[in-house]
Amino acid sequence: MGLLSRKVTCNSHGQDSSYFLGWLEYEKNPYDEVKNPRGIIQMGLAENQLSFDLLESWLDKNPDVAGFKRDGQSIFKELALFQDYHGFPAFKKALLDFMAEIRGNKVTFDPNRIVLTAGATSANETLMFCLAEQGDAFLLPTPYYPGFDRDLRWRTGVEIVPIKCTSSNRFKITASALEDAYQRAQRKNLRVKGVLVTNPSNPLGTTMTREELDLLVNFITDKEIHLISDEIYSGTVFSSPAFVSIMEVLKDQNLEKTEIWERVHIVYSLSKDLGLPGFRVGAIYSNDPIVVAAATKMSSFGLVSSQTQYLLSAILSDKKFTKEYIAKNHKRLRKRRSMLVAGLEKAGIDCLESNAGLFCWVDMRHLLSSDTFEAEMELWKRIVYDVKLNISPGSSCHCTEPGWFRVCFANMSEDTLKLAMQRLKSFVGSITGHDRSHQELKNSRRKFRSKWVFRLSFQSFHDREQDER
Amino acid sequence: MVAISKIATGDGHGENSPYFDGWKAYETNPFHPTDRPDGIIQMGLAENQLCFNFIKKWVMKHPEASLCSAQGVNKFKETALFQDYHGMPEFRQAVAKFMGKVRGGRVEFDPDRIVMSGGATGAHEMVAFCLADPGEAFLVPTPYYPGFDRDLRWRTGVELVPVVCKSSNDFKITTNALETAYEKAKEDNLKVKGLLVTNPSNPLGNILDRDTLKGIVEFINEKNIHLVGDEIYAATVFMEPEFVSISEIIEEVECKRDLIHIVYSLSKDMGFPGFRVGLVYSYNDSVLSCARKMSSFGLVSSQTQHLIASMLSDDDFVDSFIVESKEQLFRRHKYFTWSLSQVGIGSLKSNAGLFIWMDLRKLLKEKTLEAEMDLWRVIINEVKLNVSPGSSFHCNEPGWFRVCFANMDDHTMEVALLRIRTFMLEHNKAMVPRKLCSQSSLKLSFSRRRDDFMSQSIMSPHSPLPQSPLVQART
Repeated sequence: MGLLSRKVTCNSHGQDSSYFLGWLEYEKNPYDEVKNPRGIIQMGLAENQLSFDLLESWLDKNPDVAGFKRDGQSIFKELALFQDYHGFPAFKKALLDFMAEIRGNKVTFDPNRIVLTAGATSANETLMFCLAEQGDAFLLPTPYYPGFDRDLRWRTGVEIVPIKCTSSNRFKITASALEDAYQRAQRKNLRVKGVLVTNPSNPLGTTMTREELDLLVNFITDKEIHLISDEIYSGTVFSSPAFVSIMEVLKDQNLEKTEIWERVHIVYSLSKDLGLPGFRVGAIYSNDPIVVAAATKMSSFGLVSSQTQYLLSAILSDKKFTKEYIAKNHKRLRKRRSMLVAGLEKAGIDCLESNAGLFCWVDMRHLLSSDTFEAEMELWKRIVYDVKLNISPGSSCHCTEPGWFRVCFANMSEDTLKLAMQRLKSFVGSITGHDRSHQELKNSRRKFRSKWVFRLSFQSFHDREQDER
Repeated sequence: MVAISKIATGDGHGENSPYFDGWKAYETNPFHPTDRPDGIIQMGLAENQLCFNFIKKWVMKHPEASLCSAQGVNKFKETALFQDYHGMPEFRQAVAKFMGKVRGGRVEFDPDRIVMSGGATGAHEMVAFCLADPGEAFLVPTPYYPGFDRDLRWRTGVELVPVVCKSSNDFKITTNALETAYEKAKEDNLKVKGLLVTNPSNPLGNILDRDTLKGIVEFINEKNIHLVGDEIYAATVFMEPEFVSISEIIEEVECKRDLIHIVYSLSKDMGFPGFRVGLVYSYNDSVLSCARKMSSFGLVSSQTQHLIASMLSDDDFVDSFIVESKEQLFRRHKYFTWSLSQVGIGSLKSNAGLFIWMDLRKLLKEKTLEAEMDLWRVIINEVKLNVSPGSSFHCNEPGWFRVCFANMDDHTMEVALLRIRTFMLEHNKAMVPRKLCSQSSLKLSFSRRRDDFMSQSIMSPHSPLPQSPLVQART
């Protein structure tokens, strides 16, 4: 057999991570209400399945668009031939209008600065190819989306150095954590090219505060490095505080037309906000014309299908629709999150207060047999194989503290979510009920509670039982 | 200002090549029959525009394929959520079946060996990432598609070593040429990981004969290097000899299957470059597994997978399409080459592709690259045609040009031919056959010229009877 590249034989594709192994288990035994009611419930997939009816009804009312027609005429040929990597102008405009709408129209975007890519996966990799050399590093706050290990590093040779965030301050980015990460990179002889943040955060489900954003701007100014803001969940901010985009912060600090302005790049996608991961619609927005030029050429390796660009340009140009969609989607996400939180509470489990995303960052530290990642893996395996819920362990997101799990809530029906919560409650009851007294459980939870007040009030195990009737 | 990467600031994107300069010139002054009749006609874009009416009819009749009928809308959610990098099974099955039919049913493709990519562009880069490390090399026979310089090298760091093919033997890929290239790479301390051949060839428009293919397979087995077959023009073979795919040859000769990979796409065969349907078909399981993960960077939109799955699983449509497409390409090619021969312009004998490899060596002032560039600038600026100079394809001999013929309607083709005739009669009369020179008027009507052509009983490859001049291709 001929020799293959090192990329084939290494594991930088990241698929040996537990994040993906849980998926594999799920695929062997997937839950189905009718056909497989004892199967594994998928709670490890950050999909938004709550608002398809809105899209379907739009399609119903506008059948021509999907059918390659414009004003009653077929434009099939025009679309089939359209391969210009600058993208469909009407689509870029509609996409940028949508992005502006999500940001409360506090920022305006220039269509000459957007590059369309095959999903955010491609956008992130492309930015690495544009901004960094093999062996350079980007700093990423932990916990972060496991896919970054592949997207940012695999084919690019770029390294990731974690900015360690902890539960002591609800995983917020601090100046010292940034500096610490930078120094660690220096000690490893890695040249730091930038910081990449996900805002709203995956897996935390929180939006960044203005303080954090200001901190980041100061940091990249001081170190003369880039900032990539992955804002693919910006449309899922369902409760306050409102989303503050990095572009807004730069504007407020009067940094337009400065060097720093050109070092900030945004990644966007319609996979989460519109729930269309199959359509592969991603984008890079950069204020640096050289980056835009290079990324545009690179997008040849993963353009968005013209068929899809046309359909989405029509949907997103319908401002009445986008306004309604955004509002209803938020409402449904908020309600769904509450359901999950309430269900978790009944099982004696807290989660990080969050206002965005398609998941909660759940605190199961009190269920660990020891404060170790081995114990986290032990617990995770039991949850996947015994409780039959696929959730994502914090270690797969590079969390520095064991015991946290990302649990998705928007990719299933209400009934399935309720069932999942029941299973979890039974499980927790079985591992805590016999071994420990009610008071012991209360104490162990209090020990892990942060000094910040959670929105959920703490009830005694006994009180909770009474509520469940 | 903090630096961005060398990849971003360098010119590995290849766009400074004259291949693209012509496009840029075209874009500033594009031909339009009424709005810009003096504009530049695009003959540098290998697009297949001859069968759209045929395809469009199918699309109109099958709204569910486009997710816009009630039946289609029901599939919307499922489709919109489908992001599995294995690709929709029905999509892979339909494409595998199509690939088999295009090869006359002589070989069957396994849908599980298909990995999606962002067009053939994405497929080539992906294969390079899988087979080679930075600094290693691929052999590529010249002349070759300029995009390879970017696709195989830019972000991968892989090198390309040309296998120099010459006009003296119609640019055949000989074992000698392969060995020479291999040795040259060794001298330059480049580790050769594979050989990339495009069959049917871009820009030559011909196919590799069986002996050449066998020679190639023997060579790569002996050297233990990979063979990547770019077969994206497979369905554009409009005339004998019949296309022979690498997938067929490996059934006939000894070959280590793990070395064999095919790149395919629907951009040329079906005329769908906008839909970004590319794929890698590999006989190597490790490559498949790796490529599948890499395909995350360029998956085919599920909306498009659904459309293609519906279209290509319609056997009647596919069978008719393959015949119709060959017919249209045959006619267009025949008419174009005949018209050129009338003014003394020859081209490499070809039976495939969307272009001809035009021989303008006699028009060069001298046998140099500069002379070729001079002639090319005359063709763009005076004759007002965007054609692609052979040097941009790394041809070792000046004077050859790739000229596309399938990306325009009949009227535009006539305008282009008229311009060529005018140019030849005004500047190169010596080359034009006497017969035509004696005709004083250039103002022959379009239909009169077409009738001349048709009256010579040009036979379609598929019908036993000569085509009536009344039966005209309508594109």
